[in-house]
Amino acid sequence: MVWVIAGRELKSLFLSPLAWTVLGVVMLILAYLFLAQLDTYMEFAAQLALLESAPGVTDIVVAPVIGDAAVVLLLASPLVTMRLVAEERRARTLPLLYSAPVSMTEIVLGKYLGVMGFMLVLVGLIALMPLSLLLGGGLDFGKLAAGLLGLTLVLGAFAAAGLFMSSLTAQPVVAAVATFGLLLLVWIVDWAGAAREGLGDALARLSLLRHYENLVKGIVSTADLAYYLLFIALFLGLAVRRLDAERMGG
Amino acid sequence: MEREVLLRAEGLYRWYGERCAVADLSLELARGEVLGLLGPNGAGKTTTLHMLTGNLAPGAGRVTVAGHDLLDDPRAAKAAIGYLPEQPPLYRELTVGEYLRYCARLNRIPRAEVPAAVRRAMARCGLEGMERRLIGNLSKGYQQRVGIAQAIIHNPAVVVLDEPTVGLDPIQIREIRELVRELGREHAVILSTHILPEVQMVCSRVEIIHQGRIVWSAALDELERELAADALVVGLGHPPAPEALAAVPGVTAVEPLGAGRFRLRHAPGASPAEAVAEAAVRGGWGLVELTPERRTLEQVFVELTTGEAAQEKEAA
Repeated sequence: MVWVIAGRELKSLFLSPLAWTVLGVVMLILAYLFLAQLDTYMEFAAQLALLESAPGVTDIVVAPVIGDAAVVLLLASPLVTMRLVAEERRARTLPLLYSAPVSMTEIVLGKYLGVMGFMLVLVGLIALMPLSLLLGGGLDFGKLAAGLLGLTLVLGAFAAAGLFMSSLTAQPVVAAVATFGLLLLVWIVDWAGAAREGLGDALARLSLLRHYENLVKGIVSTADLAYYLLFIALFLGLAVRRLDAERMGG
Repeated sequence: MEREVLLRAEGLYRWYGERCAVADLSLELARGEVLGLLGPNGAGKTTTLHMLTGNLAPGAGRVTVAGHDLLDDPRAAKAAIGYLPEQPPLYRELTVGEYLRYCARLNRIPRAEVPAAVRRAMARCGLEGMERRLIGNLSKGYQQRVGIAQAIIHNPAVVVLDEPTVGLDPIQIREIRELVRELGREHAVILSTHILPEVQMVCSRVEIIHQGRIVWSAALDELERELAADALVVGLGHPPAPEALAAVPGVTAVEPLGAGRFRLRHAPGASPAEAVAEAAVRGGWGLVELTPERRTLEQVFVELTTGEAAQEKEAA
């Protein structure tokens, strides 16, 4: 049942021009960054060859592009997730789901997996850029895989937060702005308290960015994975509670 | 025929903040019945239907659908309900076929049976040949039909329709009413409306809701008796004194209406029309009009919904 809802969600996304626009714009920007990074690498390639244990093409080209992809998608993903519940509430199509024999958890999971389908398409397309380097050289597949895993987890977190925000309102634009605000705040939360020892450390642990940096560098640690999975579970749980409360409170 | 109760609501309450939208509402619906839920705007019709279909949790009371409690066993209960809200829940970007297939899957129809279910629902709602049309491009009437198709696609025991004929043209209204009557033969149907003749045309039972309570409830044949004539209106060219009219056998009261017209009250079902005509001929009163006067559902409705408001005003 979850997959039926997810399939409908994904189909509707691709039937709207918005998803295609987001896809196109994101790819255009990332392609530009990728080429710029590649250009830099070509310039210094000769000097790098002289160094012992020099950083490879994966470190200089692929890691920064995947790192920047998260920032670009921080801006773009609220636009993809904003309609999930808000649009249905505005168009009054929610009764279809509420009066069907499906639970609230199934509805939320279905919507989440639907939008994650879109996010995975995005990750797949982004992965094609580094893979194109195979035409002219080698790649560190371990680091690439870690980076893509990190990107998938970050997008999973974005989507969960976006779904929750969308469940709060009937205005998709409000959901987009709120999602963007929340994500940006969690992204930069470690900027404050850097001077004070205990606080700075605690805030750094909360930051979406810090955990992502590790993965992009190729370090896959349980702590980072757990952070993202907890983040996702928290917001999906909140979305379920929110929709249940709506049915109780009216 | 044994009465198979498919939907039972007991003591439903619903508050929005301080305002009580539905109070102590109970109803019962059996297979083969079409129940008309009647009420002025804001009477609590839609809130009631939302509670019966699991879109709103009742503040108190319980709903049982085909033997399954809506709170304890929502999956089984909801599988037995088809609901068309006031605004049909349609995804405008899908085609009719895509949408109905999605609804069929959502209602847990096995994958292999989906095409047959979609075909059947489309045929019943007169949607043949529309499968590949985009829902957003359909006219209001056809969108309404898609909404009904969605509600009956899983062959539910109970079909709940919230104002299904609003905004349609007269021909579409007739077709939808015909469809509702047909649904009522195999399913149990609840229909909310504020169009009074519609109730008399399609429903087998009527409940009038006013300020969140059921204030009147009758089966349609009882209703016919209730509404049976209990007055005659006569128009006379040379009217006699009212006492002369009151003396006609069977007449219990006389109300002058002016310009030679009178309303003659009589016991229900015992019309003195013949006696009045004879008396008029004998007395040379110049009979020009003799009409049995029926109470209409509209009168009952107005009496119930405005009478109570007046009483409350007095109490206040």
